[in-house]
Amino acid sequence: MKLVNPSNKRKYKILVVGTGLAGASAAASLGELGYNVESFCYQDSPRRAHSIAAQGGINAAKNYPNDGDSIRRLYYDTIKGGDFRSREADVWRLAQVSNEIIDQCVAQGVPFARDYAGYLDTRSFGGAQVSRTFYARGQTGQQLLLGAYSALSRQIRLQTVKLFPRTEMLDLILIDGEAKGITIRDLVTGEIRVHVGDAVLLCTGGYANVFNLSTNARGCSVTAIWKAYRKGAFFANPCFTQIHPTCIPQAGDYQSKLTLMSESLRNDGRIWVPKNKGDKRAPNDIPEDDRDYFLERKYPSFGNLAPRDISSRAAKEACDDGRGVGPGGRGVYLDFRDPIKRLGEHVIRERYSNLFEMYERITGEDGYKVPMRIYPASHYAMGGLWVDYNLMSNIPGLFVLGEANFSVHGANRLGASALMQGLADGYFVIPYTVAHYLASSKPGKAKEDHAECKKSIEDVKAHTKKLLLINGKETPAEFMRKLGNVTWNNIGMARSKESLTEALAKIPEIREEFWKNLKVSGTEFEVNQQLENAGRTIDFIEFAELLCRDALNRDESCGAHFRVEHQLPDGEAKRNDENFSYVAAWGFKGDGVPPELHKEPLEFNLIKPAVRSYK
Amino acid sequence: MSGHSEEKTKTLNLIVWRQAGPDKPGRFETYIAKNITDHHSFLEMLDVVNEELIKEGKEPIVFDHDCREGICGVCSQVINGVPHGGHERTTVCQLHMRLFKDGDTIYIEPWRARAFPIIKDLMVNRGALDRIIQAGGYTSVHTGGTPDANAIPIPRPDAEYAMDAAECIGCGACVAACPNGSAMLFTGAKVSQFAALPQGQVEAAERVANMLKEMQDCGFGNCSNHYECQAACPKGISVKFIARLNREYLKSLF
Repeated sequence: MKLVNPSNKRKYKILVVGTGLAGASAAASLGELGYNVESFCYQDSPRRAHSIAAQGGINAAKNYPNDGDSIRRLYYDTIKGGDFRSREADVWRLAQVSNEIIDQCVAQGVPFARDYAGYLDTRSFGGAQVSRTFYARGQTGQQLLLGAYSALSRQIRLQTVKLFPRTEMLDLILIDGEAKGITIRDLVTGEIRVHVGDAVLLCTGGYANVFNLSTNARGCSVTAIWKAYRKGAFFANPCFTQIHPTCIPQAGDYQSKLTLMSESLRNDGRIWVPKNKGDKRAPNDIPEDDRDYFLERKYPSFGNLAPRDISSRAAKEACDDGRGVGPGGRGVYLDFRDPIKRLGEHVIRERYSNLFEMYERITGEDGYKVPMRIYPASHYAMGGLWVDYNLMSNIPGLFVLGEANFSVHGANRLGASALMQGLADGYFVIPYTVAHYLASSKPGKAKEDHAECKKSIEDVKAHTKKLLLINGKETPAEFMRKLGNVTWNNIGMARSKESLTEALAKIPEIREEFWKNLKVSGTEFEVNQQLENAGRTIDFIEFAELLCRDALNRDESCGAHFRVEHQLPDGEAKRNDENFSYVAAWGFKGDGVPPELHKEPLEFNLIKPAVRSYK
Repeated sequence: MSGHSEEKTKTLNLIVWRQAGPDKPGRFETYIAKNITDHHSFLEMLDVVNEELIKEGKEPIVFDHDCREGICGVCSQVINGVPHGGHERTTVCQLHMRLFKDGDTIYIEPWRARAFPIIKDLMVNRGALDRIIQAGGYTSVHTGGTPDANAIPIPRPDAEYAMDAAECIGCGACVAACPNGSAMLFTGAKVSQFAALPQGQVEAAERVANMLKEMQDCGFGNCSNHYECQAACPKGISVKFIARLNREYLKSLF
């Protein structure tokens, strides 16, 4: 690996898009090293990025509890959890740096939970038999992000980092085939302008909002990585998206998002639906004989603790069967009546009171007295832009960090690993790897008056104008809902050749209608949230087609990607290593032209792929 | 649930602050929100109103929102005179319409404070809070080379106290609620978090002095002991952290 001389670092400008765990930690660390950093976020402050909403915790192989953890074990659990579809070397490195992340955060003053001796406490999480998850109440993401935000704030004060809040990236600029700039829209003034630099880092999160509805923040979009894809960056494994089983269900069409509740509720709650279709009785009036505890019935050994994907699909099947409960019939009961009887309400209160409060605030119902209602929702994207071991995409100078890249979670991410990856990439990987690229390029090569910059500005302005001029009848929110319903029903929890083919026919129709019938009010020279939404919506519509294509191409089930044609007798995903042990990296070939598939074969040197079993 | 009465809807009169830009005059406008159910969140109710406005070719109401689960801290509306609407530990995005009756009149305004200029309608600029953090809301630790996380034990009560302070979501409701437009609850929470931890000791004096100076330079007032901040805080941050801020400031002078 090459290095950049300390006195030369300030000559290199690095553009960092996004200020979540990956973006804030990268910008702060690169600023500290002396690079000239510009940091961009669409929010009003870097502290608002959606990493803040992560509840559970962050994994590290510290082995503080002396329960047999090691770097190798964390590596193994992550590879197995990802159903052997992640890149081995990247996962190994992630496990290696995991411990340093905890040290770093403690030094920053992150108030992790501690025991009475004053040492760090850990809890166990899904997919692991050791206790390696560090946490800060139910707000671990918030505390880690505030740690990274404080480090970033320090660099802003020291003027190594310049911050551009309320700024959205709308294009990537390539000069001589290398990423040298971005075109942005100032979301307050509407100004469209270019920022040039010597390298571009995309730390822009995932695309779970392609589904209706997800647990992501409203502003989370695929836009930044989609624009990069359109400029030639490969999009890897877009069909790997994760569903979370215990979310508060949708109450009506107007609903804007879903809220996730910790899965730990399934340790005590019993999940059921009425046995008979259209049973309109209140849940407590439905006698035992008329209840179907479907997880306990179908999976007697795991019962209500069946893995995330299996429980999610079982709930969907019950609702598809017309036995779902609550508004719209998309929900199942999570009932605490029996555990309250057995253990007493105070025990349940001790364990879950914050979750019961959250549930009551949203639904107005008391979960201690009436069964809660839950339904699965989309919440994380394992897929993302393709990167090499150095986190650089196939476009030289374009780096992709955190949820926005594809590399370590394979086909399924384990709990408490998203935070670990974001900070690993930002604090400990990119400071080394970006230098290797920069050392072989002359600083300040790109100029704002370059023809490519001018062209990009013109393109973005034309695109913006086009959105405003359609003047049809449907709002961006209506198109997003239309798209989200197709993706959720056809590519959501379960996919089949049939459902995917249908989606591939419907999505282009939505796209065509969008360009004919979109309605955006206001102008481009002011705060215009509808215009922002319209831009993100059309990117999601275009992207959804690629997602579909990838899901159709991957004619196997693995991890969270479940093709109904390929399942084991117990309903688990049936992998096909012979034909699909590869990363599917898609390259853009132009509008209306099918994308090109590149395959990166996956090799496992330390372990042998086996059937993923949690029995 | 089957017993739900989602068919019953409400109609509400909204009196909303509209302002085209920071230097433009503002005014209240009246809107009717129709077909609202108990299950609409407050922001979803505004979504419904905005969709209608767009279809009528009118400008929708601009408001900040993002996570819609009470943690990102971006939503910021004064509802019937109270920041976030006055329900305990609840942000605007977590308010639900079951708390309002059919026919209610609801006044909706932006955060109002000298340090938070209005950008448009209900959207304000809270960059001043970022500047207070930039002035010292951190430990000056570099990435890498830090000691093992368990090298310095921290008594559990101290860690819990720091966490109580660190729960702040930086929404600025404390400022909006304060008759003096003070950010002392916000600043105090950050200063107290570090004051309680060994990692925060080295720079303690410098931190509190710099953060308080920045707070004043940004145009925030000082605490006048009304405790409105604590009442409005959606995360229940206690005014004891303002007391701690004052103590830390006094300590820094010697």
